[in-house]
Parts: sequence; structure tokens; C-alpha cells
Amino acid sequence: MNTTYDERAERAGRITERMIQSRSPWQDARARFLKNKAALVSLILLILVGLFAALGPFFAVWSNQDIDWDILGQIAEQGQPAFANGHYFGVDELGRDLFARVVQGTQISLLVGVVGAFIAVIVGTLYGATAGYFGGRVDNIMMRIVDILMSVPYMFVLILLLVVFGRSVGMLFVGIGLISWLEMARIARGQTLTIRKMEYVEAAVVNGLPAFSIILRHIIPNLLGVVVVYATLLVPQMILTESFISFLGLGVQEPNTSWGALISEGAGTMQFGTLWQIGFPIFFFVVTLFCFFFIGDGLRDALDPKDR
Amino acid sequence: MASFVFKRLLMAIPTLLVLIVISFVLMYAAPGGPFTAERQLPPQVLANIEARYGLNDPLYVQIWHYMTGILTNFDFGPSFKYKDQTVNDVIGQGFPVTLTYGSIAFVFAVVIGSTLGIIAAMRQNSLVDYFAIGLSIVAQVLPTFVLAPILVLVFTLWLRWLPGGGWNGGQWPYLVMPVIALATSHLASVARIMRSSMLEVMRSQFIRTARAKGLPDRVIIFQHALKPALLPLLSYLGPAFVAMITGSVVIDLYFATGGIGQSFVQSALSRDYSVMMGITILIGTLTVAFNLIVDILYTWIDPKIKY
Repeated sequence: MNTTYDERAERAGRITERMIQSRSPWQDARARFLKNKAALVSLILLILVGLFAALGPFFAVWSNQDIDWDILGQIAEQGQPAFANGHYFGVDELGRDLFARVVQGTQISLLVGVVGAFIAVIVGTLYGATAGYFGGRVDNIMMRIVDILMSVPYMFVLILLLVVFGRSVGMLFVGIGLISWLEMARIARGQTLTIRKMEYVEAAVVNGLPAFSIILRHIIPNLLGVVVVYATLLVPQMILTESFISFLGLGVQEPNTSWGALISEGAGTMQFGTLWQIGFPIFFFVVTLFCFFFIGDGLRDALDPKDR
Repeated sequence: MASFVFKRLLMAIPTLLVLIVISFVLMYAAPGGPFTAERQLPPQVLANIEARYGLNDPLYVQIWHYMTGILTNFDFGPSFKYKDQTVNDVIGQGFPVTLTYGSIAFVFAVVIGSTLGIIAAMRQNSLVDYFAIGLSIVAQVLPTFVLAPILVLVFTLWLRWLPGGGWNGGQWPYLVMPVIALATSHLASVARIMRSSMLEVMRSQFIRTARAKGLPDRVIIFQHALKPALLPLLSYLGPAFVAMITGSVVIDLYFATGGIGQSFVQSALSRDYSVMMGITILIGTLTVAFNLIVDILYTWIDPKIKY
């Protein structure tokens, strides 16, 4: 052993460093998630759909509003998907490029899903954590309000809202945001009830931290696992809601479109044999929902210690 | 039990009040009255019509009239679009249709779904089990409005077996596709819930005891396991009922069955507010009533649950 003291000390340091290198719960979760093949493939597919929505406009030869007058009138014969004339997905019954419209619909649908889930995460988590932390009468009143709002047939109220205040994407966000947080509030409250009894929360109370800081600094970070899982499952629900309303013709307005509106148009013209018009929107819709469900499943396995 | 039912009924009242007030205020806030879309009326005539429908009263008076009308003689007021029809007429035409195929679909989903779930749980990792699991995954991404066009494409356009829409007094060829489109996703959910809760129950101690006594499988399943396994299913039925009514909007619109959903969308598109409100309130009441029934059934199946 003719190593110097310094060298040995350094090596010892390296070894202990490797030994005590701790893994956070989030690192554990990531490892578990990456092991789940279905979730991983779904994540990749979903990223591809996202790229399609983001980069699609750069590849589109036609805009989503322009009518191809050469094809109009003989869409069933000449409107099918083709590379030659730039209509990669074919054209719709008005001679508009379906590729551009699917790109645009994908943007709206994904946006609605993400915004709805985002509102749910912010409002629902704060609301639920507050109710659960204070408990007692505050909790009782806050959760009764949620109960009451939940038994309102929201789809009908949402349509009422859209009809009364005009159909716009903004109104759609408001309406979907109004209802999306309810279930999240319930879940956050349930989790908070257990977290509240933890020693670190007690320590924070003893230290005289105000209630609001305890909720923000100690409760909500520990809620995040469940919240992330539920938010992932909420996105497809929001997409479904929006598509449902757009299918009825009560959602986004022309020239804007969304998956639901495109499926509705395609369903209306499929007896003429223009199956691409319903095929492409349904394909994107189904693939995206599948991805979100599998990712949600994978995240639940990774983050929710109960179901392991 | 009686006090529990009473308490739950008390809870239902604020729910309905909130619903009525929300929809009424929304309607009140709507830009343009119900008569502004018509051809230009002389101001005097317009004022008379508005007085006839009580549109000049303050908001709270209008809400009060509306509510007392509903409570005392079940009167949702006149339709704003069709002068010869009341909201009750519209509902009376559409509701029986929705109720017919809705209840068929509901029974279909619950009976077939739970049977499938139980068989899947009994024969875990068998073909039936994989079928149930696969179905429940696929059905999650096939909501009514995706399934309905696909069904029409296959059965009407390609195979030419079934009519693509219409009602015709509810003859069975007209019922098949609406029921399948409405029931499939719920059938899959019921099967999934039933399967997992059955698996859970079959692992419990009292089932082991029953097996140790040498009881035949049939007795174990139907007399011991089924009742506790039904609990998670019951709590799903409340939301499922609501989802089914919502889904019926698509069915009515797509298959032109003439149910209540069709009236709702038509009234939404023509801004016939009173019909929209009437239907919303009717469905809200049904929802509340159904949740109440589910809660009562819950206490009946599981006496441990106290409210």
C-alpha cells in the first residue's frame, strides 16, 4: 500500500458518497415509471401528437380556411388523402384541407384538456387542502358546497353557459374550469386529512407558522403525487367534455374546430364514402385518450404508495 | 333509517335551489330577450308581450314565480320559441323515448357488465378475464359520440342490417344501436368494477370459512360474496345514471330518436331558454333522486354504514 493519505481519503470519500447517495421519492417514482413499457410508449406517442399540433402548421400546404376550388364538387372522387396536391389527410365536405383542420383541432382539444386540468390542480388542490387542514365546521361547509355543485348536471349547465354567453374558446375554458376542480378538491381533502396528523405538520404548528404557510409549504408538496396522477386522468376527461359539446355543435365555432367537431362533420358525411374525414380525427382522439389513460396508470403505479 | 332519508332529502333541497337559481340567473343575464330575434315588433306590442311573460319584474320576483309555478302545479312555463307549446309539452314528448332506451341500456349495462365481471373474477387470467379487461380499456376511449358513428358505418352503411336512425314507436331494429352505443362504455366500467371488487371479496376470511365448510361454488358466490361485492358497483351507478342521460343527448341527436336530448340541443341552438332550463332542472331532480336511492340501497346492503 503505497498510496498517500490524501489518495486514500479521497477514495474513501468517493465510496461513502456512492453509498449514502440517497434517492428522493421522485427519483424512485421516475424509475418505476420508466419500467412501465405501456406508459413509456404512451408518453412517446403523446409527445408525437403534441409535436403534430405544434409543428403541423409548418408542414401544411393549405390553411385551415382556404377552399380548394379545383376539388370542390367532386370531393368523394378527388378529395381523398394525397401527397400530390398537398392534402395529406384529404379535404372536408367544403373543400378545406383536412390536415390543417386536424392540426388546428388537435391544438384546441389539447389546450382545453391541459387548461382544464391546470385550473383543477390550482383551485381544487388549494380548496381541498384548506378544507382538510382546518377541518371541523369549515371543512363541513366547504365540502357540502362541493357536494351540491357535483350533483348539478354540469354538462347541461355548461351548454347553458355557452349558449347564454356566446360560444368561444374562452367561455369553454371558464365553463370547464368551473367544474373540473370539484373532484380534485375531494381527493386533495382526503389526502390532507392524513397529512395533517404527521409530525412535521405538528412541528410547523409548534413553530408558530401561520396556517396558510403550512398549507402551502408542508401540505401541498406532499399532496403532489396524488394530484399529478389525478391531473393526468383529468386531461382526457376534459378533452372528452369539450369534444362532446363540439360534437353537438355547441362548442368551438368555425373556422376554429376541435376533435369533437371534426368527428361530427365526418360522421355527417360518411355515407358519401369520404371515410378519411371521420377516420383521421377519431384516430388522433382515440390515440391521445389511450396515451393519457396509460400514462395516468403508470403514474399511479409510480407515485401512489397504496396501490403498489 | 327514516331520519337518514329525511336528512338526505333536506340535502337535496339546496342542490335543486342552486340549480334553479344558476340556470335562471344565466338566462336572465343572456344578451337579448327571447323576442328580440323575431321580426321588429312595435315597442308597445313588445312591452305587452314582455308584461305577459312577466319579463319586466325584478329578478327575484321572476325566480319566485318560476319556482312556485314548478312546485305548485309542475309548470315550467311556456316555450319561448313555439308559442303553442309549453315546456311540459316538449318534455312530455321526448322524455318517454329517452326513458325507454335509457332504461334498457342501463339494465343491459348492469346485468351483462356484472355477469362478465363476476365470471372474469372467478376465472382469473382466463380468456373471459382478458376479454373483460380488454373491453374495459377499449371502452374508455370510445365515448358515445365516437361509437355511434362507427356503429352506423358498420351496421347501416356496410352491412345494411339496421336503420341508421329514427324511432318508429320504439320497434327493436331502431333500438339496437342506441342501446349499444349508450351502454357499451358503462358495461365495461361495470365489468371492471365488479371484477376487482369480487376478487377482493373472494380473498376475505368469511369466504375462506365458507369454502372450508365445503359449500359449492354457486352458494358461495350468490349467497356470500355477491352482496358485499355489490357495494362499489352501487356507488358507481349514481354517476353512471347521470352520464347515461348526458350520453342520451348524443344518441338523440345522432340517431334522431326524438328524445329529450334532441329537444335540449334544439332549444340550445335556437336559444329557447325556458325549454333548456326545464330540461336542466328535470335532469337535476332525477340526478338527486337517483343518488338518494343509491344511498338508501347502500345502507340496506351494508348495515355497518351509518350516516
